[in-house]
Amino acid sequence: MDLKTPLYDAHLEAGGKMVSFAGYTLPVQYKDSGVIKEHLAVRNQVGLFDVSHMGEVVYEGKDALANLHYLLTNDFSNLEVGRVRYTLMCNENGGVIDDLLVYKCSDEKYLLVVNAANRAKDVAWMKEHLFGEVAFSDQSDQFVQIALQGAFAKEMIEKRTKEEEIPKKYYSFTENADVGGVTCLLSRTGYTGEFGYELYCKPEDGIKLWNLLLETGQEYDIIPCGLGARDTLRLEAGMPLYGHEMTEEITPLETDLNFAVKMKKEDFIGKKALIDKGEPKITRIGLQLTDRGIVREGADVYFNDKKIGQTTSGTMCPFISKACAMALVEKNSVEIGSPIEVEVRGKKIKAEVVTLPFVKK
Amino acid sequence: MTKAMELKFSKSHEWVLFDGDKVKIGLSDYAQDQLGDIVFIDLPDEGDDVTKGESFADIESVKAVSEAYSPITATVTAVNEELLDSPELINSAPLESWLIEVEGVDEIEDLLSAEEYKKFCEEAEEA
Repeated sequence: MDLKTPLYDAHLEAGGKMVSFAGYTLPVQYKDSGVIKEHLAVRNQVGLFDVSHMGEVVYEGKDALANLHYLLTNDFSNLEVGRVRYTLMCNENGGVIDDLLVYKCSDEKYLLVVNAANRAKDVAWMKEHLFGEVAFSDQSDQFVQIALQGAFAKEMIEKRTKEEEIPKKYYSFTENADVGGVTCLLSRTGYTGEFGYELYCKPEDGIKLWNLLLETGQEYDIIPCGLGARDTLRLEAGMPLYGHEMTEEITPLETDLNFAVKMKKEDFIGKKALIDKGEPKITRIGLQLTDRGIVREGADVYFNDKKIGQTTSGTMCPFISKACAMALVEKNSVEIGSPIEVEVRGKKIKAEVVTLPFVKK
Repeated sequence: MTKAMELKFSKSHEWVLFDGDKVKIGLSDYAQDQLGDIVFIDLPDEGDDVTKGESFADIESVKAVSEAYSPITATVTAVNEELLDSPELINSAPLESWLIEVEGVDEIEDLLSAEEYKKFCEEAEEA
């Protein structure tokens, strides 16, 4: 039986088409809009997402930082309180267990946001590797998470929040902001490639915050958006998704996430394997179809009739109106502008290697 | 004697319009609603044969690909080329957006009347 988020009734009322995702029942789209309209709302004005399925875990104590340093690939020693950092969590072979955000609440308290589909696996892995003086807790059920994404998010939050409580920089947050009477962690982050915020509040305040944001956004034509648009938006923005561009078999270096791996760090799980493997033999590219059609994940990619790799995600990107995909291919086999082909149901379709992100704004 | 225009539905959610010897096939309103925004379709060519119970077109929505199944064994005499450039018409006007026209009908599966089909969809919703 799938879990319901505290916003379940609001989704039904709004005509959400509910689907099962990562153990939750969530709207894939809403009846009056659909994926394309929802996608365009975020690119052109503003949209609201229920992302309460995401997992939240907390590390607290004297050795919290040391734990994260060993467990995760990025460096947190220079992370300031009130800032967020993207990181990977690798296994001993250098494969990616999950990608996550680390929020520094204080010198001894960190909040980690993990993928819903990986939560159980992550929690088990994290518990297994705890050391020193640290308290670990899975607080996923203690948060509603709402993503407010799109240019008008700024004005909306300004209307409901004191100036000094609004995080200004990208990847910064205010732990106890008062947004229209609801206490929440207000974070300048998102997964759409647009300006926006992610808000974390108590489950019992979820509906109030959701409705408050919808009301505040009315004058900007805000609409609720589902998982469908969340996926097309992140793809159009060239952002990787766990299970597609990242898996336990792919290292971060092979999927072009080097920026989140600090090889100079003394030690972390997976470092040795990453060194032993040497220069990655594959890399992640963006491609755009030049022929008509759509390419999804798992399609073979060819250059000069030689298979060079496979797509990992693909769809029609609504804002740029182009069929796009990301792919993992042999390193140095192609460059930007290379004419390639992708095989869709036995037919080879023409495409071109393009820079990521697909959307340029 | 053939009957006047008659609209029927398949259990795989295609509509079938019999007009003399010619038969047009499209996607039902229920099907387009389930699929969501349709962004690409791939149709057979004129002269191709379609076979009862087999796929004759790929329908790509933003989220996923699905197929249209022919309720009839026959030969394609026309394809709706307008849809190749504007597949979203299937969403906005599913009953006007025929996909293919066929002739020389050989086999036909048991089709539902509009009323039976409505009931069939309601039951599918509840399941």
